[in-house]
Amino acid sequence: MDGGVRFFLLVLFLYLLVFLGSQDIAGQVFFNFIELVKKIIPLLFLVLTFMVVADMLFTKKRTLKYLGEKSGIKSWLYAMIAGILISGPPYILYPMLGDLQKKGMRNSLIAVLLFNRNVKIGFMPVLIFYFGSEYTIILSIYIIIFSVFNGLLIAMVADEKK
Amino acid sequence: MIIKSIKSSIKTLRSALPIMGGVLLIVSYINIFVDKYYEMIFTNNDSIDLLIGSIAGSISFGMPITSYVIGGELQNKGVGLLAVTAFIISWTTVGIAMLPLEAKYLGKKFAIARNAVNFIFSMIIAVLVVFTISIF
Repeated sequence: MDGGVRFFLLVLFLYLLVFLGSQDIAGQVFFNFIELVKKIIPLLFLVLTFMVVADMLFTKKRTLKYLGEKSGIKSWLYAMIAGILISGPPYILYPMLGDLQKKGMRNSLIAVLLFNRNVKIGFMPVLIFYFGSEYTIILSIYIIIFSVFNGLLIAMVADEKK
Repeated sequence: MIIKSIKSSIKTLRSALPIMGGVLLIVSYINIFVDKYYEMIFTNNDSIDLLIGSIAGSISFGMPITSYVIGGELQNKGVGLLAVTAFIISWTTVGIAMLPLEAKYLGKKFAIARNAVNFIFSMIIAVLVVFTISIF
């Protein structure tokens, strides 16, 4: 049996235990789950579109050139910008990044991209509303700087050559 | 070429569905238990709250905007900026519930290393942000 299916069955088994313990909590969990699924279904179509486009644009040769072992400093900038601009939950991004990784995208660049997801231009008004513009700017700058350290550390810890 | 890309993308996405379903069910549990107790878990001790903020953000899940709102409300209720900042950063950069999915697609070593590094970074950045603000 596939590992993913086993994982799902295990979580389902835990849900059954919760159900036996408290039907009220199980009901809330189920309600939350359905709400999340409803949000995700339209996103999955969007992701499929992105994945198809990415698959066509990023051939193995291009991926290696722009995001691979020998891609230069510009590739770090691309990863940062992509991380800031990209939206969508991580479970949607992982399959797409997994495909790019198979084609040769460096782990360090994946880490940089994922770290910069924290800088969300569209959500900044909310951050400014609660914490002020000074805080928002300082936090964003630190996140961008640390995304580079993050990439460098990941390059050392998780082997780039797979 | 497009048919090949569609087929390959559907295959990738289809293989993610069982894990995605499991992860969403876990997130559904977490949201119920964690949301209710955010306020209660902080201690008013900056060092401990920094760690608690990072842990709370790591096990929480949702869009970044949600963490801003929760963080803002926590601060209004007296939780320190250090803890709130660590919470906001780890919310997006660390994903305990997402770990199985991340490991499946990007590798176990990568997923564990990235989340561990990000957990530590969330605390370091929080300290630096609060320190920098105090200078200005």
